[in-house]
Amino acid sequence: MSAPGKVGFSKPVYTRPRSLVDVKSHFCPGCHHGTIHKIVAECIDRYGLREKTIGVACVGCAVFLYDYIDVDVVESPHGRAPAVATGVKRAQPDKFVFTYQGDGDLAAIGTSEIIHAANRGENLSVIFVNNTTYGMTGGQMAPTTMLGQKTSTTPYGRDFRGDGYPIKMAELLSGLEGTSYSARVAVSTPAQIRKAKEAVRKAFEMQIAGMGFSIVEFLSTCPTNWGMKPLEAQKRVLGEMSEYFPLGVFKERKQADFA
Amino acid sequence: MSALAASPSKRILTKGNEAICLGAVAAGCRHYYGYPITPQNDIPEYMAAHLPALGGTFLQAESEIATINFILGTSASGKRVMTSSSGPGISLMQEGLSYMAGSELPAVIVNISRSGPGLGGIAPSQGDYFQAVKGGGHGGYRLIVLAPHSVQEMYTLTMLAFDLADKYRTPAMILGDAIVGQMKEPFVASAYDTASMVEKPWALTGCAGRERRNVKSLHLKDNAIEIHNWKLYGKYERIRKEEVRAESYMLDGATIAIVAFGTAARVSKTAIQWARKEGIAAGMLRPITLFPFPEREVFELAKKVDVLLVIEMNTGQMVEDVRQCTPQHDRIAFLGKPCAMPTPEEILERIRLLAGRKG
Ligand SMILES: Cc1ncc(C[n+]2csc(CCOP(=O)(O)OP(=O)(O)O)c2C)c(N)n1
Ligand code: SF4
Repeated sequence: MSAPGKVGFSKPVYTRPRSLVDVKSHFCPGCHHGTIHKIVAECIDRYGLREKTIGVACVGCAVFLYDYIDVDVVESPHGRAPAVATGVKRAQPDKFVFTYQGDGDLAAIGTSEIIHAANRGENLSVIFVNNTTYGMTGGQMAPTTMLGQKTSTTPYGRDFRGDGYPIKMAELLSGLEGTSYSARVAVSTPAQIRKAKEAVRKAFEMQIAGMGFSIVEFLSTCPTNWGMKPLEAQKRVLGEMSEYFPLGVFKERKQADFA
Repeated sequence: MSALAASPSKRILTKGNEAICLGAVAAGCRHYYGYPITPQNDIPEYMAAHLPALGGTFLQAESEIATINFILGTSASGKRVMTSSSGPGISLMQEGLSYMAGSELPAVIVNISRSGPGLGGIAPSQGDYFQAVKGGGHGGYRLIVLAPHSVQEMYTLTMLAFDLADKYRTPAMILGDAIVGQMKEPFVASAYDTASMVEKPWALTGCAGRERRNVKSLHLKDNAIEIHNWKLYGKYERIRKEEVRAESYMLDGATIAIVAFGTAARVSKTAIQWARKEGIAAGMLRPITLFPFPEREVFELAKKVDVLLVIEMNTGQMVEDVRQCTPQHDRIAFLGKPCAMPTPEEILERIRLLAGRKG
């Protein structure tokens, strides 16, 4: 912080987004949930959506969305956020609706709900936080857990022979007609954060333009359950994780199916 | 049958399932979500045909799990919303129902029940009594449960279900069965009194000009979940005190009192008329609300009659609640059929037997 009276620092280069609640973060050190919240809040601000947004929170570490994002939020059962969001959007088509879901939520118990919401071209946006594990319940295997990764329920490492392969949701959902936008991003470097923000903006624009279902998958950390220091966790995202889960845009619809 | 046919005080000949739709539409429900299952498909089919023209939404979900969560989202938006299903589908909705009870969200859930357990059969049954009135989902909650026994009540109780759900901010269930759902009879489409609609200051509509709102069932801080549970308990106690509904049928001077709901009660009325003609003083207390159960009414009735005959289309579920309200268990008789309607003849025979036994 600059000392009072010092010249040259009068113009703030960074301010807290209006849609981000001014509270101390409770997330573990090095966890990316906070950064992702900030990006979401900034994009809500950018399009002036705060007063017409309804967020849908899930279970897991992701649930505390309502403590951080200053918008109306409804909580959904494990994995059901896309269905709850569908109910909100059908009742209030003029509102901006997004879900915020972890990988256990979206890629395990909620696979049916996410696939069908996407396939219907439900006009809502999904923020998908992939940290390759179940954070809140103590680091069990997720559908996104990497091969060989040790978790509390894959103590010898995930083996495709019994446990299957880590599932690539952004690619999978991009194959559905109803999906308007599907991208995978990370927030481990400033450059990645800028790109992630662009992706969320794009996803939000899709909804604003009535283009249908949009999803942004974030590669995220869970240093606590990975048993890593925050910096090691960053390295894992930049290396091993983004090798298997490539960053990029997998689908971008140019024109709405319905006018 | 068009939705507009239900103009005030018109006599309409229709099926029970359609009367539910007419009641829902009259009560301002414009959102219906569901998933097909016999024997209630008339309901989604009716809603699919009529809601769009009324500016509403019909959506066929990918599952009952999705359905109940569509309902959750639309209810959180402050709108009147309904679904219907039958046994197996209602089982899949239990998670969502528990969340809705916990989040204090109103909705109307129709169960046109079939015989179970499991895939069971499509024969009419009242085998879902336990599931409806004792919870079904986790954590301990109550649904308001209404049991129509005529097409008229399929209409009026659906309107009432919306009012009670909104008043207490909790899901309400219409518990019917294939017979009351499929039978056709004339009913009077009375006008819905919009005065019974309440404001929803908790609804999520975007936080324009106000603080943000949350609708949730998670309470982690301090003893918030304990406080929340006592709050819900207080609500259920109020419902118990204020919302009991039951019909007394030919109970004057009765020595044998049937306790039955829905279709079983409907059939019992015929048997009671026949018994009265034979000089047997039979009558009936028909619970219209299954939760709240007419506990006091059953208790008082038990003091007056020689025997309570519980009749159900199952192997005995409500009879447990009757026993609980009645000190002398040896004066409770039961007649049940798990997968069919007991006939008036069978009921009369049992009444005769009971009358003869007491001499
Ligand atoms: C029906 C149901 N099953 C299991 C749970 C327990 N549970 C809570 S959070 C969670 C995993 C969440 O993992 P993820 O979605 O990856 O979120 P994260 O905690 O990593 O942010 C599980 C299994 C639950 N709440 N509900
Ligand atoms: S447990 Fe993992 S996901 Fe949850 S806050 Fe901690 S680091 Fe983040």
